[in-house]
Amino acid sequence: MNKRIYLDHSATTYTKPEVLEEMLPVFNEYFGNPSSIYSYGREAKRLVDKARDRVAKALNALPEEIFFTAGGSEADNWALRGVAYANKERGNHIITSKIEHHAILHTCQQLEKEGFKVTYLPVDKYGMVSLEDLKNSITDETILISIMYANNEIGTIQPIDEIGKIAKESKIYFHTDAVQAVGNIKIDVKEQNIDLLSLSAHKFYGPKGVGALYIKKGTRITNLITGGGQERGRRAGTENVPGIVGLGKAIELATENIDSYNEKLLKLRTKLINGIMERIPYTLVNGHPEKRLPGNANFCFKYIEGESLLLNLDMKGIAASSGSACTSGSLDPSHVLLAIGLPHEIAHGSLRLTLGEENTEEDIDYVLEVLPEIVQRLRDMSPLYEKVKGGNQ
Amino acid sequence: MKDRVVIGMSGGVDSSVAAYLLKKQGYEVIGVTMKLRNSEDFEQDSSKDSCCSLSSVEDARRVCNKLDIPFYVMNFTEVFEEKVVNYFIDEYFKGRTPNPCIACNKYVKFDALLKKAKALEAKYVATGHYARVFYDSNIKRYLIRKSATELKDQTYVLYNLTQDQLKHILMPLGDYTKDETRRIASELNFDVANKPDSQEICFIEDNDYGKFLRQRKGESIKPGYFLDTKGNVLGKHKGIVHYTVGQRKGLGISLGKPMYVVDIIPDKNQVILGEEEEVFKKELVAINANFLPFDELQHPMRVRAKIRYSAAESDAWIIPERDNRFRLFFDEAQRAITPGQAVALYQDDYLIGGGVILK
Repeated sequence: MNKRIYLDHSATTYTKPEVLEEMLPVFNEYFGNPSSIYSYGREAKRLVDKARDRVAKALNALPEEIFFTAGGSEADNWALRGVAYANKERGNHIITSKIEHHAILHTCQQLEKEGFKVTYLPVDKYGMVSLEDLKNSITDETILISIMYANNEIGTIQPIDEIGKIAKESKIYFHTDAVQAVGNIKIDVKEQNIDLLSLSAHKFYGPKGVGALYIKKGTRITNLITGGGQERGRRAGTENVPGIVGLGKAIELATENIDSYNEKLLKLRTKLINGIMERIPYTLVNGHPEKRLPGNANFCFKYIEGESLLLNLDMKGIAASSGSACTSGSLDPSHVLLAIGLPHEIAHGSLRLTLGEENTEEDIDYVLEVLPEIVQRLRDMSPLYEKVKGGNQ
Repeated sequence: MKDRVVIGMSGGVDSSVAAYLLKKQGYEVIGVTMKLRNSEDFEQDSSKDSCCSLSSVEDARRVCNKLDIPFYVMNFTEVFEEKVVNYFIDEYFKGRTPNPCIACNKYVKFDALLKKAKALEAKYVATGHYARVFYDSNIKRYLIRKSATELKDQTYVLYNLTQDQLKHILMPLGDYTKDETRRIASELNFDVANKPDSQEICFIEDNDYGKFLRQRKGESIKPGYFLDTKGNVLGKHKGIVHYTVGQRKGLGISLGKPMYVVDIIPDKNQVILGEEEEVFKKELVAINANFLPFDELQHPMRVRAKIRYSAAESDAWIIPERDNRFRLFFDEAQRAITPGQAVALYQDDYLIGGGVILK
């Protein structure tokens, strides 16, 4: 393969050299077990503490409110189950939305099987939940509201400040899956009344397999893994010290550079969206026009299938995505696009391009050169497109 | 530039070796596993080795990695549901016994997959079927011959492929025996070398199609009466979908002598039973005829006909009828000519064509 362009930063990012540089000595030099009492252990413990401080600072939380996990899905699972189980005498109702990540949706479905009641809030055509709907869904039994910060597919950013206020006034715990938001949006858990927040390092140029759950002091939540006393006894198991160190460095870099990063991505995205809309007819842009992640562009090209489009892009060296990939690697129509009201056949023709640090204007030019050709070729094979063309002539 | 081929990979030994052979022949090969069922069914199936289970996808992916060819999973759940599963269900409710593999070949593998292959600018779709597809320049048509090994020959399920489809089909295993295929697989250290052949219908759990029909359309299954060939009521049946022509076991009634299903009448919800000799017939009518060496049957023709995947061939005459039908007369009466099944026609080792048995 000749040229390769990576445009799937919402799936994962590469690990930045500065991050890797801090991680490497942890594998051999500072390899101690943070629970050990001798110097090796103390060194490792100090590194974990430093990372915890960095994460806390990035969120305006206290270090003792940060709990390291093996990633975003684990944090999401813990937040939902942990709060549900620990508060079941208070109530059995959870409110979430229809466009959450599967780590939330499938966990909620599981909780429903265990007797909890879950309200899945609908979203408008931009993928936004309604605060009215939220207020109306709250009952005496509601113990948790879990609404994602920013959507992984269409990039829509939810009114987190307002949701936090509603949750606080109603004395209901508020969890947000901020896996896509950290590093893209300034977050202040105190200001925003967030009680629990999930994040994952590999979405902001950190390593895979490490994440964190912010748990506000005083939150009633069950422990995730029983065993040793790591993570204040809540998530036992020897810490993934290299990963945690990488997470700490990555979140520091991400929050320091957030403005310039956003500016850069926004500029590229504008060029990308405008370029595509000029060159490819019968195209929709999904998600909110302004309140969206700066690197996220999501399109539906009518009369073609996302699957064929993606595979063709792959063969041209462009890494993109569509819908949410299931375990087999095959594509199902996206639950998010269906939730914003797109008909099934249009939701099938979706393409998500998510920009990142290393992308350039030339990358966008290449996409604008290759994509229209592929879309046209696929449309020429589509009987539906034939009809549309015929009707217009 | 090398021709690009998309090969359907089930994760089994045949398609794995077929992919290897194509690569060796110089094609640019892309491996594709077809996802045929929706996620929930798919994940439940993962414990079994049915052809689109998760473990099969992983097996196919591993083989492709070994061969250093790209691998994709493509979604065919909608077309499979419509053209194979629903057809399968409808046929039983019409009192017939469908062959879903033939429908899958026609509408999914060699139509939907072929379209997706073309979308990837591939010239061919390939499969691990044991059959020989070739072009006869004398008559300017694509033909199919039986595989080198009669034992594994799969031409029966290919009788209804059109010239347009055959033009874009490669079946590299046609010249190989199953033993040779397994030997190649173990020489290449494919983990799938010793995987057993799949026998069952891939979307039916535990080979219990009755259970599947009850789950999918139980409300339409109505008990009715068993009749003898003279119209006398013999007892009650559980719904016509549970029976197939020729069936003896599982009728749930005792009549003092072995009785067989000889006919199913969906309009009256009746199952007709008869004695063994009544299960034998010499004649059938087939619809949706397709022929390989010519477009239409013009004159009576001498053939060897096969009325079921596992049936032996028998000598017969076929006679053209209107509306793409033909009538077939066997020299000797055949046991359980079953409406809904396909009849495939041969001359020597050439597949001439076939049709769906109407009656």
